[in-house]
Order: sequence, then structure tokens, then C-alpha cells
Amino acid sequence: MLHTFVALVSDKPGVLTRVASLFRRLNINIVSLTVGESERADVSRMTIVCEAPEHAAHRIKASLYKLEITVNVDEVGRSEAVIRELCLIKVEAGPSHPLGQNSRSQIFELANVFRARVVDLAPESIMLEMTGAASKIEGLIQVITESGYNILEVSRTGRMAMRRGQHTSRVMKALGGPNGANDDAKLTSAEILPNEFDDVHEEEE
Amino acid sequence: MAEQNQYPQLTGAEILWATLVGEGITTVFGYPGGAILPIYDALRKFPIHHVLVRHEQGASHMADGYARASGQVGVCMATSGPGATNLVTGIATAMLDSIPIVCITGQVSSKVLGSDAFQEVDITGITLPITKHNFLVTRAEDIAATVRKAFQVARSGRPGPVLVDITKDAQQAMAAFSFEAAEPAPARPHPMLKTETNAFTDAIELIRAAKRPVILAGHGIVESGAREQVIAFAEKLQVPVASTLLGLGAFPTYHPLSLGMMGMHGESWVNESIQQSDLLLAFGMRFDDRVTGNLALYAPNAKKIHIDIDPSEVNKNVKVNVALIGDLKKVLDALLPMLGDSPVAEDTWDRANEKSYGEPPTEWLREIDAMKGTASVRDIINLPDNGHLYAAHVINDIWREALDAGRLAQTVIVTDVGQHQMWEAQYYKHDAPRSLITSGGLGTMGFALPAAIGAKAACPEKDVWVIAGDGGFQMTASELSTIVQEGYAINIAVINNGFLGMVRQWQEAFYDKNYSASPILSPDFVMLAAAHGIDGATVSKRKDVTPTVTKARTSGKAFLINFQVEKEDGVYPMIAPGAALHEMVRRPTKDPLLETAEDE
Repeated sequence: MLHTFVALVSDKPGVLTRVASLFRRLNINIVSLTVGESERADVSRMTIVCEAPEHAAHRIKASLYKLEITVNVDEVGRSEAVIRELCLIKVEAGPSHPLGQNSRSQIFELANVFRARVVDLAPESIMLEMTGAASKIEGLIQVITESGYNILEVSRTGRMAMRRGQHTSRVMKALGGPNGANDDAKLTSAEILPNEFDDVHEEEE
Repeated sequence: MAEQNQYPQLTGAEILWATLVGEGITTVFGYPGGAILPIYDALRKFPIHHVLVRHEQGASHMADGYARASGQVGVCMATSGPGATNLVTGIATAMLDSIPIVCITGQVSSKVLGSDAFQEVDITGITLPITKHNFLVTRAEDIAATVRKAFQVARSGRPGPVLVDITKDAQQAMAAFSFEAAEPAPARPHPMLKTETNAFTDAIELIRAAKRPVILAGHGIVESGAREQVIAFAEKLQVPVASTLLGLGAFPTYHPLSLGMMGMHGESWVNESIQQSDLLLAFGMRFDDRVTGNLALYAPNAKKIHIDIDPSEVNKNVKVNVALIGDLKKVLDALLPMLGDSPVAEDTWDRANEKSYGEPPTEWLREIDAMKGTASVRDIINLPDNGHLYAAHVINDIWREALDAGRLAQTVIVTDVGQHQMWEAQYYKHDAPRSLITSGGLGTMGFALPAAIGAKAACPEKDVWVIAGDGGFQMTASELSTIVQEGYAINIAVINNGFLGMVRQWQEAFYDKNYSASPILSPDFVMLAAAHGIDGATVSKRKDVTPTVTKARTSGKAFLINFQVEKEDGVYPMIAPGAALHEMVRRPTKDPLLETAEDE
């Protein structure tokens, strides 16, 4: 089954290797891994999706926490977290396409249905940007292909995850707020909810 | 910068030594070379003794032996490239057995990093999976803080090896140094269950309900310093204690509740009690495949409580009912008062005289006692002398000699890997923690001699014995020269049977006696010792064992004994791969009645 882990790790050279090396050592395949800045200085946030037996989750989480570079690890399930992926798709379309000018408008229509955005329009191609659950992205790709269009390039970020609501692990509480101060008390649930993107992004089934 | 100016300016090399001095280090083991020359140049200014090894693998094993004998962090150093890669086996050995060592390696100048410069190797990359953590330092001003952090990581939580790779230009550059200012931030919050969680209540419930409990005593008891707590726990509920290989000595063997070593070559009653148990209490051990046998058939009726500092060990091999994560000593300190009154009858242990009287106080202990009786009649130690010298005799006599001389508490045994290692575990009775040093997890042949040098450096007042096979001894025999250069009085017992004995035993049992590459030719070990200026003797008769052992121990110098033992002897009991813990091959016996009665 797929497991999704969110790891806060120190932002230093070689950290990605340490995380990747751990999965290699455990002989577990990484499905996707995204890294970027977090709300804390010098701390990167990774979302790691991997394929492993159900009982392996605890050990992966504990092994991740064992790495000296790890600040905190959280395992998130589908129901309790927002899980999203960003995708860029370049499709062959334009005046020289067999469907002619129609090709562009048809791609626009498909993009509209899937709430993808057109981010680049070239004489022979259109680039779409889409954010959403992995299944929705796969849906768009499938529909474009089945409509007879040629996909030139696809770039997917892999999944990013964030727990819903106010959730602070013991470790994070001990570390205090992002700016060093323990400002847990300042955060009220109203400031975090409702999620303003809820109407834009549908739930992953 | 203004703040930094109040501190003295030192070279990176001097900062390294000053930091090691600050961490309490008095001895390091190493080998110089190009990329670490600035560090060696600065050595003479600092009160640290450097032991020159003959091969860098020896340096990492020595740091390891030093750490195991003393409980302090061991330090080794090597130059870049081949010097660093030669450390690897020793680092992996320390990793698998959770031993705190810090390895310092020189690295090519930061300006040429990644250019395949002379003797450049990516040692932080190579050692990534076999260190607890490692660092590459390219600036002199980072050395103090990084080395202090390395010590913190090596010591904290579940200990382990840490490597610090320092570029040559960082060793040469100047920076302000203050040991205090380089203090690392506190270690990360460590997972420790609170006593109010359900886990403790669940554990108490299981303990109260148990009729046939067994404690599995591991290396964690030694690392945590929880010996007294484990003794108190065992005595309070009269729970028998089985040890892992690295747990030997953690619980005193003289104690009536001590069962001995469990696992592949554990005594039959130990493994039988585990299989028949209804509650296993795993204290600082990790259910290695060498102690569980076939997992599917392991202790089928037992509930399991696992106490370990490392949460990634929980449910790794054996699924447990309750896990208490944390430092064993702290967990037991919290657990003990919650146990309430002892539910069992008063024990029969006369502490003052270290003797037990009368019957064991529980039905379970009486059952185990009966199992011990059937095993002892097969034991080679109890058989009359037939003129052959068995390794079991040699090891038993080394133990007996130390006991009779009143030196048992002052004796450290360092074993290599193979048959002699298992015989040592069976026939040498370890009462004290850190009295046995052996490579358990990685099973590194060649470990004993260098590790013993580290142990002797840590505990010069103790009698240190190397017990090695003729195969493993030859892997690192070059360190004999180190012993002489350091003037260490280390006693060496080579158990010489002309075979890679454990390989031969497996070939006998599982490969139709096809002795492929297991017969081994050896030099005359006594002459080899003599070439180094070390006295020695060959022993091939049982009657000569004890006098020669006494001679070696009292010689005040290094001494090597070449024990010519029975060539095709086997370690028993033995659990074949894939077999359950109770399906052991018992010791062979000449008595046909016993064979039919016991081997059904």
C-alpha cells in the first residue's frame, strides 16, 4: 500500500541523500518525493510517498526520525490531510494540427473541465498547469490522449501533503513556533480553518 | 566578530586536539598520511597519547574496544582515501553493535573536493549507511562545534559511530577557539513514553498474569547502566534471565535466576524456556535472527513486552504486545514501583554467600531446573579426560584460572568470530558488564586482537585476553607489533584447529562435508610472536592449560598461547537455519540410552 510521510529535515547539503539512502537500505521504493522550504528557517519539508506493506509504516517513520538531520516526522493518511500534486502538461496543438484551430479550443475546454490553467501558448503547442489529487491529473492526461492529442511533455512534482486542522506533534511543541517562540496559544482554529482552497480542489477518493 | 576576538586564534588542527582534550579524550588510535599531516603535526602540543596502528581497520576496532571496555567514546583517525576506506569494517562493526566511536579522517583540500585528487574518496558518502551520522568540515571555524556535536551524537540515545571528515585547508586555517562556545544544542527530544500512557498499565497487567515469564537481557542493559534495575526486577518477581551474546555479563551469571545465553548456540534449557514461556520481557535487545530462530515458530504462546531506546526496533522482527520506548534504566525505574508487592513466594537466594538453598520458589523455575539436569550429562566439561584437547576445556580453564586467582572481576575477554566465540560464550561465565568484548551484529573476523589493544588502553589495570581462532587471528595479526610498541601486556589464546571452524561445521552439517576452502594453513604462531619479541607457548594437553594460562597472566608482558585443539569439533547445541528455537541439535553423546531418550 502507499504510505505518505511528511518529514521536516535540516536544510543542509547531503540531506536528500540521507533520506533516499534510508529507503534504499530498507529496500522500499519511493513513489514520489518533494522537497521545499518550510515555515521554519533552515528547515526543509519533504513529502515522501512510498510503496510498502501496511505494517512497515511504523518502522519507516521511526527510522526517518533516527536520522540526525530529521526534525520531525509525521505519517498522514488520505482522510486527515490535503494531498496535492502540481503538473505541467505540454500538448501538441495549433494551426498545423490535423484539427486545425479547433485543436486549441478543444484543449481549452478539456482544461476548463479539469480546472487546469493554460500557462503557455506557442504556435505548435499548449502548456497546461494543473494542481490536484494524483487521480485527477491522471484523468486529464488520459482524456487528452484519448481525444487524439499528442502529449509532448509531462512534468509532475509528486505529492505534497499537509494535515488538516491544528495538529502539533509533541516534538514540534517542544521546538516552539516557527520563529523560536512558543506561540501555540496565539494560533486559534479560526485562523487555520476553513481551508480557502476547499472549493477549488476536490477530495481524493 | 568582536565577540570572537576574545578567544585565542588556533589552527584547525590545534582546534581539533583542543576539542578532543575538552571531551575528555586521552588516547586516540590512528595512522598518519598526507591529508591529515597538519593534525599529526599539532599532536605534540596536547596531552593525548596516540597509538600507531598497523592497518586502519585496527584503529577503528581499537576505538571500538576502548569504548566497549570503558563505556567512554573511542576515537580513531586516518588519512584520506585508502586510510579512510580501511576504517570502514571497524565502523560497520561499531554500528551493528551500537558502540560510540568518533572517527576523524583527513580529506583533500576543499578547493579540489570532487576533482578525484590524489587520495580523495567520498568517505562521508561511503560511510553514510554505517554511521549514526557523519560530517564533512571545510572551515576551521566549524571544527570545534562539529566535533562536539559528533561526540553528542555518538553518546546520546542508542549510541553509534560518527565520522568527521576534515579537509586539509580547514586543518591549516586559523580560527578563534572556545570549547564552551562550541557546545552543541541539546540533543533532539527523544521519544520516551510517559508513565500515564496505557502502555505501562498494559505491561503491568501482562506481568501480573504471567506464570512462565522470561527476561531477555540485551546489550541495552550495559549501555543504559540498568544492571541494578534488572536484578531488582528479576528478583522481585522471580523471573529467570536469558542473555543475548552482547548481554552476557549484563546480568550476573552467579545469580540463580541467570539462565545463560539464548539463541543459535544457547543451552537447551535457555531456548526451551523461551519457547515454553508465556511472557517475554525484552530488555534492550533487538530479536536478532541469531536469537529467534524461525520467527513463525518463535515463543508461540508468549506475550511480549519490548523495552528499547530505539523505536525503529519495535515490531521489526517479532511482533510485540507492549512496547515501552525509552532508556531502559528510566523505564524500569518507573515500572518497578508500579509492580506492587511480589506475588511469588520468598526466594531462596542467600545474597551474602551468593548461594541459593532449597528448591526454587516457583513451579516455572523448578521446571527449568529439571531441563538443566538433562543437558549437563551431555556437556563435554563433565566428561572424563580422553587425552584430546577441546576448545571448551581451554576456555573453561581460562575462566577457572581467573576465578581461582581472584582476578575474575579484573579480566576482560575479547573474542574474535566463529566457533571459539560461541564456546567462549558457553564456557566462560561472565559476571561483570564489559567483561566480554565481541563483535555480535556484524560478526567481524579479525576483531579480537585490535579490539583487545583498545580495551587494554582503556583499562591498563585489567587482565586482557584475546581469544581468537587461527583464521581470524591471521586477519589482523600485524597488530602484534602495535602491542609491542605500546608495551601492552595482552594475553593471546589462539584456538588452533587448522580449519575455519564455523565454516567447516556448517559444511559438515549442510554441505555434505564438502570442506571447500575451510582448511587453513597457519604459520607457527609461537615463532610469529617471537619475531615480534612476544613470548609464547604451544599447548596440546589439558594438563598444561592452566599452568600456561597462569604463566601468561603473571608474566607482566604480552604472551601468546597456541592451543592445538581437536580439529573437527562442533559447537552444540545448534539451531539449524529455519528451525525453531527448541528444535536444536543437542550435544552428541556416547551413551546410546541417552541418545534414544533425549533425541526423540
